[in-house]
Amino acid sequence: MIPAPTRYARATDLDDALELLAEPDAKAIAGGQSLIPVMKLRIARPSLVVDISRLDLRGVTERDGELHVGPLTTWDELVGSAQLERPALAALVECARGIGDLQVRNLGTIGGSVVHADPASDIPAVLLALGARLRLRSPDGERDLAVSDALVGPFTTALEAQELVTDIAIPVPPQGSGSAYACVEHPASGFALAGAAVLVTPDGETVAFTGIGAAPFVLRDGLADVEIFGDRFAPAEYRRELAGVVAERARTMARERAKADR
Amino acid sequence: MPDTVTLVVNGEERSLDVEGRTLLVHALRDGLGLTGAHIGCDTSQCGACTVLVEGRAVKSCTVLAQQADGRAITTIEGLAPDGELHPLQSAFVEHHGLQCGFCTPGIILTAADLLSRGDAPSDEEIRHALRGNLCRCTGYQGIVESIRAVGAAS
Repeated sequence: MIPAPTRYARATDLDDALELLAEPDAKAIAGGQSLIPVMKLRIARPSLVVDISRLDLRGVTERDGELHVGPLTTWDELVGSAQLERPALAALVECARGIGDLQVRNLGTIGGSVVHADPASDIPAVLLALGARLRLRSPDGERDLAVSDALVGPFTTALEAQELVTDIAIPVPPQGSGSAYACVEHPASGFALAGAAVLVTPDGETVAFTGIGAAPFVLRDGLADVEIFGDRFAPAEYRRELAGVVAERARTMARERAKADR
Repeated sequence: MPDTVTLVVNGEERSLDVEGRTLLVHALRDGLGLTGAHIGCDTSQCGACTVLVEGRAVKSCTVLAQQADGRAITTIEGLAPDGELHPLQSAFVEHHGLQCGFCTPGIILTAADLLSRGDAPSDEEIRHALRGNLCRCTGYQGIVESIRAVGAAS
C-alpha cells in the first residue's frame, strides 16, 4: 500500500521544525512506526511530513533527582540504557523490551508513542505510574504538561498542532522503590488488551492502566467504578478481569524489586 | 515534485528520484532493482521487507525513502558480495531454515542484527528477536536452529 501524495521536509533544528509545522495539515515524523502504517492505510493524509528524527533530542540523562529521556530515544536505546538499570525504573525497560518487535524497537521512539496516543499503547501506563511530565515547545515558548493531562482520549492529546515534546522528565523514586509493567496482549496486533504499571515506594503504591479505557489512566479508587472499553476481541467485563490480573502481576514484581532496592 | 535521495546500498552510493510518500522498499525494488526485499503484508507486520539501516534491522515498508537519505543500507543482495554464502545463509541451508524462501531475506537480516549484538543468543532471545518476521512454512524450528548454530560458532 502506498500513502497518499505528500511532501517531505527534514527539519534542520527545533525552530525550523516548528515553523514547518505551521502548515495546517503538516505532521511531524520521528521513527514513523505509528505514523507510516496509518499513512499507508490512508487514515492519515498529511500534506507535509516534517522529519524531526535527526534532531538532537535523544538519550537518557539524570540531573537534580530527575531522569530526562529525549523524546527521540528509541525503544532499543531504552532497553540498553545503563541509567535505567535499577529496581525503581525497571518498568521502563520491561515495557520497552516488549514493544512491537525488533524492527519497530530499532526505529520507534518513546516521544512518538506518547503523542500518537493509542489508547492501548504500553508506555503511557509506565509514565503515568512514575509521574512523568512532558516539556513542550511551541513558537510561543515552553510549557510543562503532566502525561496524565496530555492524554485526552483515543489518538488525542492536549498538545497544540505546532507543539513538540522536547523532554520527558521522570522523578527518580526514592531508595526502596520498585516498578514493573505487565500486560496481556492481543495475539495478532501485539497491543495491550490490558496493561498495568505499578510503582511501589516506601510511601505507597501507584497503579496505572492502559488498553482498558479511552486513554491510559492512574487508578484512583477501585477498578469496579472505572468505565471499561470492550470490543468483540475482549468484552468490557473480560478486560476488567484481565486488568485485575495484570495489576496483581505487576504489583508482585514491583514489591519484590522494592525489597531488593534497600 | 520528485526529490533526489542518495543511499549507500550494499557499499555503493546510489542516487534516485523519489516522491515524499515513497517508501524505502519501493525505492529499493522499483528504483534500484533490488527485489530481495519482499513485500508480504503491506501493513508493517510480516517483516519480509526487512533490511539493515546502519546495521540495524528495519521494515523498509515502514520507512520513507527520504528518511534514509545518506544512510548505509544492506539488503540480502549485499550480504554475500563475493558470491560465497554468508554464514547465516549456509546455516539456513544446513538446518532447513527455509521452505518457500519468501520470508528468508528478512529473517536473515533480522538475525544479522541480533548476532551483531554479541554473545551467542539463547533460543528465547532468538525467538524474541524474530517476533517481527512471519514464516508460514517452517514452524520456525529450523530457523531458530540455523541462527543458534551461527551464534554458537562465532
